[in-house]
Amino acid sequence: MTTKISIQQVGKVFGEGHRRVEALKDVSLDIADNEFVTFVGASGCGKSTLLRIIGGLEYHTAGEVLVDDRPIMGPGADRAMVFQHYSLYPWLKVMENIKFSRRLRHGRENLSEADVEAASGRADALLALMGLTPAAEAWPNQLSGGMQQRVAIARALMGRPQILLMDEPFGALDAQTREVMHDLILHVHRLEKPTLAFVTHDVEEAIYLADRVVLMAPRPGRIDTIYQVPLPAEREQDMKHTPEFLHLKKEILARIRETSGMKTDQGMLDQLNMEGSV
Amino acid sequence: MQTRPGTRPRRARPKSGRPGMWAIRGPLSRRQYWMFAALGLLVPLGLWWIVSSGAAVDKVFLPGPVDVFKRLVTWYTEDDLLSDMGISIYRVTTGFLFSAVIALPLALMIGTFRPVQAVLEPLTDFIRYMPAVAFIPLVMLWVGIEESSKISIIFIGTFFQMVLMMAEDVRRVPLAQIEAAQTMGAQKGETINLVIFQAAKPALLDTLRVTMGWAWTYLVVAELVAANSGLGYSILKAQRFLQTDKIFVGIILIGLIGLVMDQLFRLAHRKAFPWLHLRS
Repeated sequence: MTTKISIQQVGKVFGEGHRRVEALKDVSLDIADNEFVTFVGASGCGKSTLLRIIGGLEYHTAGEVLVDDRPIMGPGADRAMVFQHYSLYPWLKVMENIKFSRRLRHGRENLSEADVEAASGRADALLALMGLTPAAEAWPNQLSGGMQQRVAIARALMGRPQILLMDEPFGALDAQTREVMHDLILHVHRLEKPTLAFVTHDVEEAIYLADRVVLMAPRPGRIDTIYQVPLPAEREQDMKHTPEFLHLKKEILARIRETSGMKTDQGMLDQLNMEGSV
Repeated sequence: MQTRPGTRPRRARPKSGRPGMWAIRGPLSRRQYWMFAALGLLVPLGLWWIVSSGAAVDKVFLPGPVDVFKRLVTWYTEDDLLSDMGISIYRVTTGFLFSAVIALPLALMIGTFRPVQAVLEPLTDFIRYMPAVAFIPLVMLWVGIEESSKISIIFIGTFFQMVLMMAEDVRRVPLAQIEAAQTMGAQKGETINLVIFQAAKPALLDTLRVTMGWAWTYLVVAELVAANSGLGYSILKAQRFLQTDKIFVGIILIGLIGLVMDQLFRLAHRKAFPWLHLRS
């Protein structure tokens, strides 16, 4: 397996003086080509920051991030990002949103007729893949949250990115919609073969989707543990009830609690209960 | 045990569970809306009529609706009302358009690039607190007393507010929309043209609508400068001759023109941004 993304002793400091916050410290990780890696951890562990650094939307203050052995220089079309929400363009219809990257200069350069036709065909194919064909001419604000995220994913895939970065993309969706989206994104991953880095706060989601789950810890943000997911490559919803799955889920949840620095004070809870019952 | 719908025994229910119009943020049908709107206009008109027709009120203090209407007619037939309206509309729209054309690119820059914001925003904030009226002597000195001086006053009155409000509109464009474009390979210029400007457009048009109202409030001030025509000028002249009814006509006409322009802006908004006006 070739390494696609190489994160080497990366550090990130926000602010100066007494407002200085060390968001990431000495983070090192290699992500293989076509691998699916999910990032979990207590809030403030820097998982989103790390994703944004890979995307070129933040700049790291220490270490190096290499994509295909080359240091990243700002955002680029090879690393498309899907956000939690508000990223669709409400003034463009669904189809125009998906084709947005074709309006950009790099999307128009050196295009032959055949290329343009192929692009149009790709947009149609992505629309169909996402189950959006009937919604092609709708405005984004006419769609449900789940549909909007499908458009966002299709739009990100349009430019054939080698890396797909997803920052809690299903965080605002209800549980049923989320399950459908999980199988959809796995399908996309098999079909399009991007390298996928995915940030989430949902441990079940993190395990179900990933080849590896990276658990990060806060203050300063760092990688705590990396879990290899002991499930077959082809995932099915039923696997969520297997002992392996449940065991891993329990282990990760316990570790997140330990690293979050917040403990449930049982004595305090008991006291509250006592006062309530009087 | 499973239950099925429709097997529940019927019971007498309270008349209707629908909230009435007096519920907090309750519904109001279109007909009811227009009824209340008409009430809101007719009641003050009626009160005006009653108060002004009382014997105790001098017409110089408060002319009645009939007097005002008669004055409107004589102004139209004898005093060339249309040219007064025309020149005032011309001054307001020209001053306003100059403001808009200069404010728009500046606001895009202020809202997009922090250094531009740091240079221009405190300065603009400072100038916008200076009263536009106080600039009249300077405008006369620098621009003269031609048409351009009146347009300049309206420009001064609206421009600085407009820049700041538009810059705020630009800043409110969601970061995710900008960053999504960047990760699709958009260059700086493309991000500004294809995302930031497009996303801010509806808010910018709303800002134009609001500042258009302010441009009209500076009309009277602008026509203090050596004018011999226009609605604001006529109001000022009527004051000198104690023609209170003419003052009323002038004020009401400015209000009506403003109302029409406001509605035109709203119509343009509905036409230009259909996705914001969908019926759910």
